[in-house]
Amino acid sequence: MAADSEFHVLAVDDSIIDRKLIERLLKTSSFQVTTVDSGSKALEFLGLHEDDGIINTNTPSVSPNNHQEVEVNLVITDYCMPGMTGYDLLKKIKESSSLKNIPVVIMSSENVPSRISRCLEEGAEEFLLKPVRLSDLNKLRPHMLKTKIKDHQEPEKQDKEEKQQQPQSNNNNRKAMEEGISTEKIRPRLNGITAMV
Amino acid sequence: MDLVQLQRQLVDYKTSLYNEGFLDEQFTQLQELQDENNPDFVVEVVSLFFEDSERLLNELTKALEQQSVDFKRVDAHVHQLKGSSSSIGAQRVQKVCIAFRNYCEEQNIEGCVKCLQQVRHEYSLVKTKLESMFQLQQQILSAGGSIPM
Repeated sequence: MAADSEFHVLAVDDSIIDRKLIERLLKTSSFQVTTVDSGSKALEFLGLHEDDGIINTNTPSVSPNNHQEVEVNLVITDYCMPGMTGYDLLKKIKESSSLKNIPVVIMSSENVPSRISRCLEEGAEEFLLKPVRLSDLNKLRPHMLKTKIKDHQEPEKQDKEEKQQQPQSNNNNRKAMEEGISTEKIRPRLNGITAMV
Repeated sequence: MDLVQLQRQLVDYKTSLYNEGFLDEQFTQLQELQDENNPDFVVEVVSLFFEDSERLLNELTKALEQQSVDFKRVDAHVHQLKGSSSSIGAQRVQKVCIAFRNYCEEQNIEGCVKCLQQVRHEYSLVKTKLESMFQLQQQILSAGGSIPM
């Protein structure tokens, strides 16, 4: 089995039914899957520690203090979750020097244009409406491939034109988060991640 | 009843479930995800749905019995139920949840109580029907037949 054809996806959803579903969808699409039930567990899995969570422009991204055991090629997360929302998770990933190049996809059962544009502005690659289908997952591989190529080039390019689900509203509400959780403390030594592979 | 009759009965039963709105296209999607390597996928997901729904219905009952109803909490539970019913294709349950959420927004306790009754009813209907369908499937498999999809 060729190593580069096996992409590893981290799926985040608080619903046990949806975790089971997304796991099956991803495996059927030949991805390796880990599922977790919260944003904080996702960050823990990704190896993000408290100091990485704070925007630190002085930290060089040359030698990543990456404590990841396993490489994650894409994060797919539910939007509405208690505690850390999918949006909060997206932000934390994009603000992290070690994780910002990981593509993030948001799923939501609600079709809210301002929510969609906010996520895309924050750097989400796709916004999928639930229930997610197999055909939706076909959109994922290109983002993971792009990252593999990107790793050998400049990491700072953002192709906003390629975003397909862009509604026409021009919302500048980056700070208008629904739950107001922007300073979530990440406890680095939590045990007992319920990760299903 | 012979195998062919059983299989016929299953097809007719399934068709009626779709026609009567108990199940929608999403249920078909679930079945398509099942294969020889994951032969119990549908039963497993549906079982999770049953467990989770029962938990949510209990929570909803408790929440609506409070002196001062926390509508945000009620809405959060209904949102979860709406999501999971949508994920398995339990259309009628999902529809009641939509109405239920509207009553939560209006902070209409009577409306909420009524919806809870309705959603319990729809849930119990779809549960019975899915269980019957699974039983029929099991009979077919035990008789050495395959499930017509």
